[in-house]
Amino acid sequence: MHFLQREREMKNSTMKFGLAVVATLTAAAAAAEEVRVYNWSDYIDEALLEKFETETGIKLIYDVFDSNEVLETKMLAGGSGYDVVVPSGTFLQRQISAGAFQTLDMAQLPNAGNRWDVILDRTAQYDEGNAYSINYMWGTTGLGVNVGQVAEILGADAPINSLDLVFNPANMEKLAACGVYFLDAPAEMIPAALKYLGENPDSQDPDVIALVEPVLAAVRPHITKFHSSEYINALANGDICVAFGWSGDILQARDRAADADNGVEIAYNAPIEGALMWFDQMAIPVDAPNPTGAHTFLNFMLDAQNMADASNYVNYANGNLASQDLLVEDVIGDPAIYPDAATLENLYTTTPYDQRVQRVVTRLWTRIKSGT
Amino acid sequence: MDLRRKFLIFVPYAWLLVLFLIPFGIVLKISLSDTALAIPPYTPKLDWSDGWSGIISYFSQLDFENYVFLTEDSLYYVAYLSSLKIATISTIATLIVGYPIAYAMAKSPSHLRPTLMMLVILPFWTSFLIRVYAWMGILSQEGLLNQFLLWIGLIATPLTILNTNWAVYIGIVYTYLPFMILPIYAALEKMDGSLMEAAEDLGCSAISAFWLVTVPLSKPGVIAGSFLVFIPALGEFVIPSLLGGSKTIMIGKVLWEEFFSNRDWPVASAVAVILLVLLIIPIMLFQRNERKQREMEQ
Repeated sequence: MHFLQREREMKNSTMKFGLAVVATLTAAAAAAEEVRVYNWSDYIDEALLEKFETETGIKLIYDVFDSNEVLETKMLAGGSGYDVVVPSGTFLQRQISAGAFQTLDMAQLPNAGNRWDVILDRTAQYDEGNAYSINYMWGTTGLGVNVGQVAEILGADAPINSLDLVFNPANMEKLAACGVYFLDAPAEMIPAALKYLGENPDSQDPDVIALVEPVLAAVRPHITKFHSSEYINALANGDICVAFGWSGDILQARDRAADADNGVEIAYNAPIEGALMWFDQMAIPVDAPNPTGAHTFLNFMLDAQNMADASNYVNYANGNLASQDLLVEDVIGDPAIYPDAATLENLYTTTPYDQRVQRVVTRLWTRIKSGT
Repeated sequence: MDLRRKFLIFVPYAWLLVLFLIPFGIVLKISLSDTALAIPPYTPKLDWSDGWSGIISYFSQLDFENYVFLTEDSLYYVAYLSSLKIATISTIATLIVGYPIAYAMAKSPSHLRPTLMMLVILPFWTSFLIRVYAWMGILSQEGLLNQFLLWIGLIATPLTILNTNWAVYIGIVYTYLPFMILPIYAALEKMDGSLMEAAEDLGCSAISAFWLVTVPLSKPGVIAGSFLVFIPALGEFVIPSLLGGSKTIMIGKVLWEEFFSNRDWPVASAVAVILLVLLIIPIMLFQRNERKQREMEQ
């Protein structure tokens, strides 16, 4: 019975495929409008995507990635087919100099007045005059802990807000029993290790960068996995007790655990030694098939209510001043999301590695991960 | 030679040219270039508008720098060796698992064979990626395999299989098994049953008849199956990256890192060219050897 059914389904799908081809061909003539967005995983309230389609009548195709490197390769290969992409600051800067993006047409972005000057000043170091990009979200990279498990293993005075927690082998040796994840992103982990050593986290000097190798190699045996997105669920389910990750992701893990009511309590802390502050910027590729639609999407996201909905959902701060009145207290009032003045001062930013340094960094990272 | 024959010969050559030689030429060309911050991220680019001088200046900018670089870092050497090791072990394991299956299929009643054949091909109806993901669920610490072994009391603590080379071997053997079974089955099925009777009549035991008659006659199938498993396993990327750990180094992963993390297309291309050379030379030597043996036998 299955066999026949499968066969029928196959015939059916062949026919559908044929129809789809015909439909695509006719659509090319009629040009039903669509916008293709490529954003980070777990990074939007999906209700917003439906709202965009209903409001504008434009079909939205939304794909996700979990590494800047993958996005960058697509951008530099050209012809990605996306209309809006969301690289982080340093990657944006490099891709702008490669000629990967088009300048924004401010006339098509009437909501641009909602942008927050504090963030504009900071993002201007990657995108001069903010000519190519709009801030989507910003945040810090830091420590997510399962409060109960870590206190049980390291005691009540465990350094859950210090880099000592993950870079001191004595702590890591004990934490290995309950599981520790690191981001698989050298551009995030190397600055953190440099900060732990008291060096300049933004160092571009291969000799200084090499200093992190013994630090990371010493804790390597106790790291469960290097991964840039799995830790949200792993933390929330109680499979691991520490993750070095992105602020909002860890706060999402906290909320998922609270929703599941599984007795797991997750906390996020930006390390007291200083935390990396990053910015994810929406930009339009130079060869975007539908730049007008892309501007429509950007303008939609610049709307105060929409941006507030997005931040309320993903627990990241945004660069939209007008949205702040609409944020829930859990977001605007949480110093882990909107840091107070003192923490803000303690945050650092980084600049892109050049080709030669990048190679040193990647090689170092491969060596640390694989032990060769 | 009439037109029809010429055309028939032309088809495979055109296939080879369009799907192998031209792409290989492009990869080779990129491997001789330098990286640049541009779209696409390498230089020089051929400028036809300058005519001859453009072409000459283009070729003068190509060099073998990237190949020299590959010899300077042990990573590449380690990765090639480790890929060869993983591919060799997996091919042998696939052969050990696949041969008895093919043999049983060929010996089964002929009305059952189409069904058995179907069963071997059936897993292909599910996406390769989903099948590899399913293995993640089976092999993980809380996975089905560990739960089963704990339940029957064979082990006291869960085994760590996922994220090790063991998981990679299991994944490769599982994924490529049909490529081993089908050619061996095809070879065994054609075998004349009276040969075995003759061997027995001449006083050969069943086991030695198997080694002296069946195995040599199935050799072409074994060789074809081994190539079909070994070659894709050597460059495999999906299985080691999903099932293997960060300690599993394979050339496919190194290629990915060069391409994505370093955005160094020229070095990535050089790695790919070397991989191809490593594959082609032994295969060519092997085939020449086979041909010579055949000639000697005749």
